[in-house]
Amino acid sequence: MAEEKEGLFSKKNISLLTDPLNDDNPITVQVLGICSALAITVQLKPAIVMALAVMFVLIFSNVIISLLRNLIPSRIRIIVQLLIVAALVIIVDQILKAYAYDVSKELSVFVGLIITNCIIMGRLEAFALGNGPWKAFLDAVGNASGYAIILVIIAFFRELLGSGKLFGYEVLGHKGRTLAESTGLYHYGYENNGFMLLAPMALITVGVIIWVQRSRNTKLIEQ
Amino acid sequence: MDRNSNAYTFIFAIVTVVIIAAGLAFTATTLKPLQAENVRKEKMQNIISTIGVDANRDESAELFKKYIKKQLVLKADGTIDDAVDAFTLDLKKELHKPYAQQRFPIYLAEKDGKKYYIIPLFGSGLWDDIWGYIALDSDKNTIVGASFDHKGETPGLGAEINQSWFEDEFKGKKIFDDNGDFVSVKAVKGGAKPDDVHGVDAISGGTLTCNGLTHMLEERLKNYVPYLKKN
Repeated sequence: MAEEKEGLFSKKNISLLTDPLNDDNPITVQVLGICSALAITVQLKPAIVMALAVMFVLIFSNVIISLLRNLIPSRIRIIVQLLIVAALVIIVDQILKAYAYDVSKELSVFVGLIITNCIIMGRLEAFALGNGPWKAFLDAVGNASGYAIILVIIAFFRELLGSGKLFGYEVLGHKGRTLAESTGLYHYGYENNGFMLLAPMALITVGVIIWVQRSRNTKLIEQ
Repeated sequence: MDRNSNAYTFIFAIVTVVIIAAGLAFTATTLKPLQAENVRKEKMQNIISTIGVDANRDESAELFKKYIKKQLVLKADGTIDDAVDAFTLDLKKELHKPYAQQRFPIYLAEKDGKKYYIIPLFGSGLWDDIWGYIALDSDKNTIVGASFDHKGETPGLGAEINQSWFEDEFKGKKIFDDNGDFVSVKAVKGGAKPDDVHGVDAISGGTLTCNGLTHMLEERLKNYVPYLKKN
């Protein structure tokens, strides 16, 4: 088995980690996990917690499925994957409720919806079932990071332009009832773009990110 | 054993399900006390926040004891029912009971020698439950503070009801008009007039949540009118 002999951080393994960040990004290239990218990117903090939760679930499910890959009967493999993902998501939800109560309230239903995140099922089906646990681990870290980067970029623009804040801090100044009461940009008549807070703008932001990425990375452009 | 045989598939499924179920049951039972404690402390924190006591969750229990002097449960006619505990009363369940059997908890607080009446609220927003607490001054009319929360309102829009800028709008509003008739406080779309003591600015983009909130205030507060007028 020549494959097993390669080093832990061989070129091939490293590319498992780095490809999903750009060339094979789950959101902008594979266009998976869009639903949650729209839903929880109104503010940065929940977006980051969501990204961490997805990373936790993806790493564990990818490694567990990879360990079980020679045991799982192929006819019920999807159900088994779903079962493991669902169990991990419930565990994350319970832990957040017990130890990070405020964050769990902020994410509310979206933690439960990690179960339906296509990235997770996609990686289990496409990668974990055919590769060993170490590679599955790297693949999970890579894909979850790729997801996280896009989420943070979207949330950054939505929170900044939509409510003039970053992590809840008013970075563009304080908006009072009148111009005189306002400080910062608001003093000069700047208005927040409420449209940024709605889901359609998240989709448009994803579109802009895909556009920028493809114009810089020409091998992604289909002929 | 053949991995594709029916017997193997069944055995695998059963074993997996049992292991996962046991794992989940274990997690849920171990974490349950911690979660319940979080919910209890948060409730105390929300109640005392309406009278201007800022507490973090850990010190909330102590401060709750210090400021909340009495916890009463009222019957529909405004008399006190001693048989029920105010703090653990589930408002959601109460709402489904016939009106005459419903019980209405109220907290009597005292801070710096002044008396306050804190009334818990419960209603429906756009997507799910909303709830909150509203504190009345010793005149039983002027609102000194409000605290709202929600289960699943739209982030950035209806979900803003739990933000302090919205809650602070309620300070100084009145629930009775000059004749002493109950009028409640409304969240007004497009903004309340500056001199309107019965209206606050609704949240733009969160109109349906605000309508639910207005409805909740009216429906819940009116149950306390007999008690507030009598005492």
